[in-house]
Amino acid sequence: MIKTGIIGLGKMGLSHASIINAHRDLDLVSVCDTSNLILEAMKKYGSFEVYTDYKKMIDESDLNALFIATPTKYHSEMVIYALEKGIHVFCEKPFALTIAQGENMVELAKKNKLVNQAGYHNRFIGTFNYLKKLIENKAIGEVYHFIGEAYGPVVVKRKESTWRSDSSEGGGCLFDYASHVINLIEYVLDDIKEVDGVMLKKIYSSGVEDAVYGGLYLANGLSGQLSVNWSDETYRKMSTQITVQGTEGKIITDAQEMKIYLKKENKKLGLEKGWNMRYITDLTDPVDFYLRGEEYSTQVDYFAKCIASGTLENVNSFESALHTDLIIESLKNKSR
Amino acid sequence: MDRILFGDNQFFAVNHLSDEKARAQSVRFAKNEAIIKVLDTAIDLGIKTFMCTTHDRISGICDHIRKNPQRYNDFKIFPCMPYAHKYANAVTELGIVGALKEYLPGNIFSTIAKGGIAYAKKDFIAMMELLIDAEMKMFKGIDTPVIFIQNVLTDLILGLGMKDIFRAYHTYIIKKYNAEPGYITMNLVHLLNVLEEVGIKNPVVCSSINKIGFRMSGGTKLYEKTIAEKEFRPVAMQVLAAGALRPAVAFEYVCKQKKIESILFGASSYDHIKESRDMINRFNN
Repeated sequence: MIKTGIIGLGKMGLSHASIINAHRDLDLVSVCDTSNLILEAMKKYGSFEVYTDYKKMIDESDLNALFIATPTKYHSEMVIYALEKGIHVFCEKPFALTIAQGENMVELAKKNKLVNQAGYHNRFIGTFNYLKKLIENKAIGEVYHFIGEAYGPVVVKRKESTWRSDSSEGGGCLFDYASHVINLIEYVLDDIKEVDGVMLKKIYSSGVEDAVYGGLYLANGLSGQLSVNWSDETYRKMSTQITVQGTEGKIITDAQEMKIYLKKENKKLGLEKGWNMRYITDLTDPVDFYLRGEEYSTQVDYFAKCIASGTLENVNSFESALHTDLIIESLKNKSR
Repeated sequence: MDRILFGDNQFFAVNHLSDEKARAQSVRFAKNEAIIKVLDTAIDLGIKTFMCTTHDRISGICDHIRKNPQRYNDFKIFPCMPYAHKYANAVTELGIVGALKEYLPGNIFSTIAKGGIAYAKKDFIAMMELLIDAEMKMFKGIDTPVIFIQNVLTDLILGLGMKDIFRAYHTYIIKKYNAEPGYITMNLVHLLNVLEEVGIKNPVVCSSINKIGFRMSGGTKLYEKTIAEKEFRPVAMQVLAAGALRPAVAFEYVCKQKKIESILFGASSYDHIKESRDMINRFNN
């Protein structure tokens, strides 16, 4: 069993804790949070050691692996402390508050040869993986344009401020929502090299942007657009979509369904001329324990497998998460 | 429990395959009258139980039911709580303590309010009971013989291994509402083992049951064996695997497993409701 701890028991932290605790190879031994109310509940009804001081938890619990699901401003000190103790680390997104902090974490993980993974869960969704495969197989010919979008109802009126409404703490639509889309574009298409025509719009928040629009230029020469808005109450929950246009067709993909249009039949890929539909039911592998979506269990399982097999190259490394941070920084710098 | 339970996903923009279809549904069901019309259609086709989340809009439907006692004479509702997105969005924005502040009745910093005392004493069971009461308020005067916990909460508690919370929930639903506690889960086998451990006998458990194993942790073979052998009252949901299966194939698979007591499905048109009902009736024999 891999002895595991977690810091931060918010929505993501609790969800991770539940999945870890149900996992056959992971043993959740200790949890850390600043809320006494949450810790009391974890202690009373669960079977975990509880801590308010993460250093104490790491020093006392003899962990092999650690999940960090705190606000971004704490990531760096916690990740570094754990890596120095030889612990494999899974860190939630957004990864680092500054590029320098991110670089330190990436370097230390490499130097100490520890598994490092970020929480960009879209990389574990069947539809997006199939999109990646179709593009690599040139299913729609030469790709000439893409649009990455995400919309949802996080901030739909003016309200008291939290860390999410403070950009110096990793809040705002750019950090919270757009980071997912940027990371996914880099995974499916290629690394982003340059950004331009950036618009960051405040709608209800005063300290941070609620919407992000802009042009993205990729390393492979492809260009496209980003359109993200977390103040759109016409969506029930976060909804992420990628549209890719090529010389031989077009693909529109979200987490649930894919609409694939081909100018000509593609026998090798089993796709017909015209519109083809593919659903997540065809593209998802079952999980041992399900909570909120297969991808959350799959990413935890993947992390456990990387530790067990000593795999250091993973699809969601700190390095890839740092690249997303770099793009977030450029979007900020380029906005008027 | 009735053989057929009528679901509500179609009314509240939930579609597990398509956000676009979900949006089209939300346009169609923007007004309560549109929902009531479909419910009435289902009732006219002999369906008598509505299984629904504690979405804010259900309270409008409940008002209508209370105002027309004759029309809804033997109509039942199985509430499923909580409407998770309400809390999830609040937790994203305000944190867990902030969300509790928003939804616990009374001011949690005032020791006079019941919610305040429960919070101050970290009496989790009392807080849970207050939240249940808040969710159940809209159903006052309506027959709710089974009350479910939504899968996201069941499975969160299950994963965390907080078994005693199931026990407390079970006891409270029976005591306060004189109803049968129900559990919705995506992890049927795991849940049954845990409920058994805390002494809950023959529970009502609703889970995905479909031919392709969609959202069935452990797979179809294990589910089939569990359904046949374990002592519990199974309710099948996601029978159509979010639309991946043809109805005839889907319903035949579920009806063949004789232990399954009830089948949950949602539909928006007379033809679809009738087709599903007729198929279930045909495969029953």
